[in-house]
Amino acid sequence: MMGDFFSMGGYGFYIWGSYLVTAVFMMVELVLVMRRRRTLLQRLGRMLRSNVNRGQS
Amino acid sequence: MGLGSINWLKYSSPNTFYPLAGRMIPGLAGITVILLAIGLYLSFFVAPSDYQQGEAYRIMFIHVPAAWMSMFIYLVMAVYAGLGQVMNTRLSSMMATALAPTGAMFTFLALWTGALWGKPMWGAYWVWDARLTSELILLFLYIGFMSLQAAIDDPRRASRAGALLALVGAINIPIIYFSVQWWNTLHQGASISFDEAPSMAATMLAAMLVMTLAFWTYTGAVVLARVRCEILERERNSDWVAKLLESRS
Repeated sequence: MMGDFFSMGGYGFYIWGSYLVTAVFMMVELVLVMRRRRTLLQRLGRMLRSNVNRGQS
Repeated sequence: MGLGSINWLKYSSPNTFYPLAGRMIPGLAGITVILLAIGLYLSFFVAPSDYQQGEAYRIMFIHVPAAWMSMFIYLVMAVYAGLGQVMNTRLSSMMATALAPTGAMFTFLALWTGALWGKPMWGAYWVWDARLTSELILLFLYIGFMSLQAAIDDPRRASRAGALLALVGAINIPIIYFSVQWWNTLHQGASISFDEAPSMAATMLAAMLVMTLAFWTYTGAVVLARVRCEILERERNSDWVAKLLESRS
């Protein structure tokens, strides 16, 4: 029963190859955007503090 | 005064759009998860086997939405890029920049899933067919747009150069769409056309449309998150970003 589902009538490689790669790309894109936001906020925070320390704020 | 008293342009300014986008992301993400669950259930457990293609046709439920998204996103990107130049609105240019990576991803996925569908049905992963070739050109247009913007340091000049490329490249979209009519291609015709009744089972159509909606809301969430990064980067020396960072720490 489960085997039938995964073999997809012999097309399992093509179907799961499509769905898996699509899922991986979409999840990686999400992670990349979240990581970009995190590092950006850290960098801007450091920039702001160094400006405050130099009395530019 | 009525509607005229509301300042519609207010949300075209980056500092008011930034929090608005932030409030929209969780809702879009939640809807995406629900739509994906429904769409995948319909795709694998409700839609029947195809009498010609057996189970292989189930690739359609991501192939067609990904291909549609690749074209829609390009058009939206070109319109935003053009508006950014004509109306001189910075946010429009930032939206164009934020849309490109997701558009490129869906273009790649349309090609990838198409190759994996082509092999069992046509006997080849790739053929130099009008539909496939014009979709490959679309991928190069996205990559060109992103590399061009990355190569120019001045954001205003980067936006201008990108807009020019995006608008000229938009000619490729009708070529992709009508390629199956204009040329003799191996690729099958449009899955849904406006002038005739759909030729597929209602459950297949429903699965495809739900997956398309899921890709739309996914794109909305991820592009809004990316445009928020663009806004922060380009406005990093402004007072409102400084205030925002202070309130976070």
